[in-house]
Amino acid sequence: MSGFFKSSIGRKVAMALSAFFLMIFLLQHFVINLLSVFSADAFNEASHFMGTNPLIQFVMQPILIFGVVFHFVMGFVLEIKNKKARQVSYVSNNGNANSTWMSRNMIYSGAAILAFIVLHFIDFWIPEINHKYIAFLPEDPTRYFGELHHKFENPIRVGAYVIAFVFLALHLLHGFTSAFQSVGATAGRKKTMKDIGKAYAILIPLGFIFIALYHHLNH
Amino acid sequence: MNLTLKIWRQKDSKSKGQMVDYKVSDISEHMSFLEMMDVLNEQLVAKGEEPVAFDHDCREGICGMCSMYINGEAHGPDRGVTTCQLHMRMFKDGDTITIEPFRAAAFPVIKDLVVDRTSFDRIQQAGGYISVNTSGNTQDANAIPISKHAADEAMDAATCIGCGACVATCKNSSAMLFVGAKVSQYALLPQGQVEAADRVRNMVAQMDLEGFGNCTNTGACEIECPKGISLENIARMNRELLKASF
Amino acid sequence: MALNSKVPQGPIKDKWTNYKDHINLVNPANKRHIDVIVVGTGLAGGSASATLAELGYNVKAFAYQDSPRRAHSIAAQGGINAAKNYQGDGDSTYRLFYDTVKGGDYRSREANVYRLAEVSANIIDQCVAQGVPFARDYGGLLDNRSFGGVLVSRTFYAKGQTGQQLLLGAYSAMNRQIARGKIEMFNRHEMLDVVIVDGKARGIIARNLVTGEIERHSAHAVVIASGGYGNVYFLSTNAMGSNATAAWKIHKKGAFFANPCYTQIHPTCIPRSGDYQSKLTLMSESLRNDGRIWVPKNMDDVLAIREGKKKPTDLSEDERDYYLERRYPAFGNLVPRDVASRAAKERCDAGYGVNATGEAVYLDFASAIERYGKEQAKIQGIENPSKEKITELGEAIVEAKYGNLFQMYEKIVDENPYKTPMMIYPATHYTMGGVWVDYNLMTTVNGLYCIGEANFSDHGANRLGASALMQGLADGYFVLPYTIGDYLSHDIRTGKIPTDSKEFDEAEKSVKDRIDFFINNKGTHSVDYYHKKLGKIMWDKCGMSRNEQGLKEAMAEIKALREDFWKNVKVPGSANEMNPELEKAGRVADFLELGELFAKDALNRNESCGGHFREESVELEGEQKGEAKRNDKDYAYVAAWEYKGEPADAVLHKEELEFKDIELKQRSYK
Repeated sequence: MSGFFKSSIGRKVAMALSAFFLMIFLLQHFVINLLSVFSADAFNEASHFMGTNPLIQFVMQPILIFGVVFHFVMGFVLEIKNKKARQVSYVSNNGNANSTWMSRNMIYSGAAILAFIVLHFIDFWIPEINHKYIAFLPEDPTRYFGELHHKFENPIRVGAYVIAFVFLALHLLHGFTSAFQSVGATAGRKKTMKDIGKAYAILIPLGFIFIALYHHLNH
Repeated sequence: MNLTLKIWRQKDSKSKGQMVDYKVSDISEHMSFLEMMDVLNEQLVAKGEEPVAFDHDCREGICGMCSMYINGEAHGPDRGVTTCQLHMRMFKDGDTITIEPFRAAAFPVIKDLVVDRTSFDRIQQAGGYISVNTSGNTQDANAIPISKHAADEAMDAATCIGCGACVATCKNSSAMLFVGAKVSQYALLPQGQVEAADRVRNMVAQMDLEGFGNCTNTGACEIECPKGISLENIARMNRELLKASF
Repeated sequence: MALNSKVPQGPIKDKWTNYKDHINLVNPANKRHIDVIVVGTGLAGGSASATLAELGYNVKAFAYQDSPRRAHSIAAQGGINAAKNYQGDGDSTYRLFYDTVKGGDYRSREANVYRLAEVSANIIDQCVAQGVPFARDYGGLLDNRSFGGVLVSRTFYAKGQTGQQLLLGAYSAMNRQIARGKIEMFNRHEMLDVVIVDGKARGIIARNLVTGEIERHSAHAVVIASGGYGNVYFLSTNAMGSNATAAWKIHKKGAFFANPCYTQIHPTCIPRSGDYQSKLTLMSESLRNDGRIWVPKNMDDVLAIREGKKKPTDLSEDERDYYLERRYPAFGNLVPRDVASRAAKERCDAGYGVNATGEAVYLDFASAIERYGKEQAKIQGIENPSKEKITELGEAIVEAKYGNLFQMYEKIVDENPYKTPMMIYPATHYTMGGVWVDYNLMTTVNGLYCIGEANFSDHGANRLGASALMQGLADGYFVLPYTIGDYLSHDIRTGKIPTDSKEFDEAEKSVKDRIDFFINNKGTHSVDYYHKKLGKIMWDKCGMSRNEQGLKEAMAEIKALREDFWKNVKVPGSANEMNPELEKAGRVADFLELGELFAKDALNRNESCGGHFREESVELEGEQKGEAKRNDKDYAYVAAWEYKGEPADAVLHKEELEFKDIELKQRSYK
């Protein structure tokens, strides 16, 4: 077993497993954010639960951080290794003839997402951690909606947000089904799963964009 | 038709190579791509220049020897064919055609368009076989029935001609379609299942050792494979390695 | 030197078993000290290398390709015969033996053929155990198909890629031994001479095709498995690199060359489209099961078709000449390969060829499509089906049977064979002749063996479909590994063969001198120029039908061409690098000698048998008028030629063929 994760296939499986985890996380993040469109209270309630539940905070949150870091570190490691596997590049290479732009540029869409995550951490996560665990400010279970709403005031931030989610969509358009293939499931190449993948990859980022624009326009 | 060819020329594995332009004329659309290369080489020999070295042998799409990267695609723009089966009717008069060797660190260039694909052999030496001696007392061929479905699927995997187009095409120079096909052929047959775990472990280890990249599931290999080897073989190899490891 | 075939005594059924029981063996500890060189890694060489290594010998295997897996055995499509009688249709070892001898027009050695039939069943067992994915039926058991010239279903197959799968099987067995260190594999190496020390083959001189280095390799025995010489015709279905150099070099060092004139011309190949053509592509003989072969009856239609004014589908039934059905009502389109090929040539020579080169006939599936379509309509209960519906149903059946061949044809010719008849023409495909070997597969040089297509062996004057793969694997897996032990048992005390002897020096020098000549010769013509000229002489005068005058001319023309070659050939590049032109030069030089011996052998054999058709030897009257006439009284022998310098001076040695278990009969397909 120890040898497994050292092998190329093992690493690929590990990438896929972290991807599955991140995709589930993304879905739940989306659902909670969507609440903000319908009801500030519901959003506050959910956010408060997520922000204070010890299981979420001290078990899931570290796993998530590990998952994110692992996924992008391994992504870069594999990319470097893969680049090394072809030292002289082609003068003429017609990638479009046999594969999608998304599948060939996961590293770039991934890097764009990473940049966004950094921004996102600065925007939300660091103030949040500061609020709870450094400054020990008093917990106000109704503060979340206001904070969110406020963040989407600046059009530049909203613009960056929208662009990041376009990249996320591109990343997922390949990543969703690719993860299935990596763990050896035939499912990823079946039409149903391809359709689900497409729906997931387009609807979720589109939803995030909608939420951002919704709050921005409601200022 | 008249064509301009941009061809990679490299004296030997140690020299630096470069693209060189050539012109060929009166090319018939019925010629195969390699026959067009023959015309060029005859022309070069007549001029006292060195002809372009390229690998080829059976010229009917089965030996897997020919290996050119034509206009940015392994075996050129047609589908389901090797370079020797690519015909000039795929091109137009006045076209410029770029011809490069298959590129991968694990396929070093020997000369011009000839590359060394012995890494494929070494992967198979690591376990691409069933350990059975020749004796004449092997059990009867019909002693173990094999479902038609499994036999057909094994055959589809075994159709691989080992040309390396998958590696050449893959943005990561990954050999997983090739290794997946080999692993699958044996994994699907009862005769091969006895040593399936060792086989997949050893073959994957050798594949990694040779310096092939990792698969990112772009699917380009499947499209460019002259024999239509399915991505399912990669998925199966992943499963086999998981099975063998846990 | 008298030829001794060393066929064991006793009844034919027991010869091989008794023989195996009494030959000398080498004990396992001693095998470790014995080296064997195998040149060529196709089915014969690959299977022999693997088996010898399994037994414990140290094997050095040589291939000119970059991997053993690419040898041209890989191109065989149809299947492999074996007397398994899985179909319960009365097959047996005897019947396979009988069919092979008869199919070979009674020009093969009975004992060898019987042994071949005997081990055929083992081959299938062995291949299945190795993981060869043969076709199976729904019950999970092996499927069979039938092949031309026989009355039972005994052909095992793996789609249309049987040769590929069998070669991959042998290659996998080799890989296992390479991994164990028992086979040392020399890819991209070409054998350029054999080294004989004290009358025994003790090594070879090989050129590393990547670096150009000339290497010496020694061993206690040398096995040649380098395939046939079909490329003497320039255009053939052989691979571009297929060559006779190894076989010819050993001939020049004392191995007799037998029956070079026996060549198989396969009837269903895709015709040549122009002078640039580099090789011909074969389509499985199975197409003749459903296709009808024809040319137009009237010359006007021929010309109209060639000019593109008419399409073949415009011609009505009575404007077509289904010449095989006309000439051979009993067998029709299913006559043996040689007969079908000659009939196509006869029509094309008479001017009825249907393409621009005048060398093509039609293979038409229209009536098969209609027949299958009607059948399907009936099965599916469609009443009064429209013509379109019938065609659609029929095409589906034809596609299921021959889809991959139709697709291949369309890729090459750019015509849809479902809608317009295919064009076909015969092409050189296999050479039954080759190095003479005895029952042990040893040549006339001690310790020098020859297996597979390279030897003259088991097919007589004509090979049946699906028998080449059988013979290659029989020799490599089950015959040579036994018989070579008998010889090597005398070598257990010899020790390593040194490579610094004067014999090695001499052989290496002659190889180097020849290479230097090519590189330094300031000639005017490329190697291909000569190869094409030789091919044309061979095709025109030593092709499907031969006569005394043509053969004499061929000998003179080839000799003249050879002399010109040695004056004016031009080889660019240098000796110490990868140099494909230099490789070709050496091969064509050998073909230029072999071609002449070929013509000499054809001239000597003034009878028509199998693939060898002499216009002087035809039936003059009766039902068989105009058909090939075999002459058992004067020619029931193997013609083995001894090298004496010029090919024209080769000395004939006869091995008389005795038929004790089969009665000689004239073939009739009327």
